[in-house]
Amino acid sequence: MHKRASLFCLASLGFGLAFLYLPMVILVIYSFNASRLVTVWGGWSTRWYAELLRDEAMLDAAWTSLRVALLSAGAATVLGTLAALALTRIGRFRGRLPFSAMVYAPLVMPEVITGLSLLLLFVAADIDRGFWTLSVAHTTLTMCFVTIIVQASLIGFDGSLEEAAMDLGCPPLRTFLTVTLPLIAPALASGFMLAFALSLDDLVIASFTSGPGATTLPIQIYSQVRLGVKPEINAICTIMIAVVAAAVIAASLIAKWRDLRSAGTGLPAA
Amino acid sequence: MSASSTDSSVTPARSLGQRLVILVPYLWLAAFFLLPFGIVLKISLSETALAQPPYVPLLDLSAGWDGIKAFLGGLSLDRYGLIFSDSLYLSSYLRSLEVATLSTLMLLAIGYPIAYAVTRMPARTQGVLVLLIVLPFWTSFLIRVYAWINILQHDGLLNQALLALGLVSEPIAFLATDKALYIGLVYSYLPFMVLPIYATLVKLDDTLLEAAADLGCRRWQAFWWVTLPLSLPGVAAGVLLCFIPIVGEFVAPDLLGGSVDPMVGQTLWTEFFANKDWPVASAIAVTLLLLLGGPILIYQHLQARNLRVGP
Repeated sequence: MHKRASLFCLASLGFGLAFLYLPMVILVIYSFNASRLVTVWGGWSTRWYAELLRDEAMLDAAWTSLRVALLSAGAATVLGTLAALALTRIGRFRGRLPFSAMVYAPLVMPEVITGLSLLLLFVAADIDRGFWTLSVAHTTLTMCFVTIIVQASLIGFDGSLEEAAMDLGCPPLRTFLTVTLPLIAPALASGFMLAFALSLDDLVIASFTSGPGATTLPIQIYSQVRLGVKPEINAICTIMIAVVAAAVIAASLIAKWRDLRSAGTGLPAA
Repeated sequence: MSASSTDSSVTPARSLGQRLVILVPYLWLAAFFLLPFGIVLKISLSETALAQPPYVPLLDLSAGWDGIKAFLGGLSLDRYGLIFSDSLYLSSYLRSLEVATLSTLMLLAIGYPIAYAVTRMPARTQGVLVLLIVLPFWTSFLIRVYAWINILQHDGLLNQALLALGLVSEPIAFLATDKALYIGLVYSYLPFMVLPIYATLVKLDDTLLEAAADLGCRRWQAFWWVTLPLSLPGVAAGVLLCFIPIVGEFVAPDLLGGSVDPMVGQTLWTEFFANKDWPVASAIAVTLLLLLGGPILIYQHLQARNLRVGP
C-alpha cells in the first residue's frame, strides 16, 4: 500500500473534527448546566429540559415543525423521485434543459430569494400564509435534494433489469413497483430523511412563507436567540441534535446492512 | 410557460405514465419556482404603495387590452435606480462579495487538507470519517451558529480560556465582529467544501501516483503535478457550493456579524420585514440573482456533467 497517513494528514483531520464537534459538545454540556448564567458552570442538572416541557410556545412550534417536515418530506420524496425518473429513464424530451435547470437551481439559490419569491406568489394568489404555504415552500426547496440522491441511485444500476421485466410482458407501472422501487428504496429513504431534516432546520424560507398561526421551531428559537443565550435554548438544540444524529446513524447502519446483504449486486450505498 | 409545450411535443411512443412522470414535477416547479420569479421581477418594477399588499396591483387581465397597457405603463425602473444610486445597497453587495470570497478561500484552505487526509486513511475508516464530517450538516444552521454565540460571547468560553492561559489581559470582542462572522461561515459550510473534494480525490487512480513515484517524483511533486490538477473539478464544485449561498447568507451575519456593515441578505430582510418596501426587496433579489447567475450556471454545468459520468 502506498497509502500512508502523514503527520500533516492526521493533524488536519484532528483539527477538522475538533473544529466541527467542539462547539456542539460544549452546547450539549451546557444544556445540563444547573446555573442560569450560561457561562458559569453550576453542576449537572436537567432543569432546563423540565422548563422546556412547560414552554407552551416552544412545544407548539415543535409540533408545527414536525407536521410540516413530515408532509413536505413525503411530498418532496414523491415529486423528487418522479423528477429523477424523468431525467434518467425517459431519455430526451423537449424542455429537458429548463427542467433540469429548475431541478438543480434551488440547491444553490440563496434562501432569501426563494423565500421572498414564494411569499410574493402566495400574496399575489391571495392565499393566507400558514401551515399549507409553508409545506408547499419546503416541498419545493427539498425535492431537488431527493432528485439528486435518487438520480445517483438510478444511474448506479443499468436499466437492463427493467428492460428484462418489460420484455417479459410486465407493464411499466408494475415494473416500476416490483423492480425499480425495491432497488432505489434506500435512496428514497435517505432522500426522505434529508428532506425531513432540511425542513425541520429551515429558518429563512419559513420566516417568509409561514403566517402568525404557524410558528416553527427555528422561528421560535431565532426570536429567543436574538434576545441572548439562554439555557433552555441549549436544551432544545441538544434535543434536535440528538434526534438528527440518531436518525443519520440509523440510516447509515441500515445502508451498511443492506450493502452486506446485497454485496456484489452493484447497488449503490444510499 | 414551457411546461405546456412538453405535453404536445413528446415523441409519439410516449405513454400516459411517462408523460405524467415528466409533467407532475415539471408543473410543480413551474408553479412554485419559476412563476414566483416572474412575480418578483414584476414587483421589482412596481411603485411602492402604502397599502396591503404594499405595491401597485399585478397585471389585471380582466380589463383586456387596457389592462395590459396600464400594466406596461405602470412599470418603472425607479427601484433599480435607487439600488444603484444609494450607497447603502451598493456597499452591501460589495460587502457580500468580499465576505463570500474571503470565507470561500478560508474554506478551501481548511477543507482541502481535511478531504485529502480522509483519502489517506484505510477504506474502513474513511466511511466513518465521511459520516462524521456530514453529520453536522444535518443539524440546523441556526443551531450551529447559536453554538458559536455560546463560545464567542464576551464572557464566553473562548475568552475565559484565553484569559486563563494569560494570552490576553482583557476579553476580546468576538461577537458582532468579522471574526465571529468568518468563524461561523467557515464552520457552517465546511462539509460543503470537504465532500465534493473528497468525492473526486477518492476516485483518483493510485497507480498514477505510483507511476509518478517510479519516475522519480517526490511526494509533494506528485501531489502538485498529479493529485491537485485531477481534483480541480471537486474544488470547483466545493467553491461554488460555498460561494453562491454565502453571498445571500442571512443567519450567520445577522447573529454573529455586526449590523454596521450589512450583507445583502440582511439588507433584503430589513427592506422586506422592517421597512415593508416590497418593490425594493424584490429589486434586490433580482439584482442578486443576476449577480449569481454566472456562478449558478457553471455549478449546474458541473453537476450535470458529474451525473452523466456517474457517481
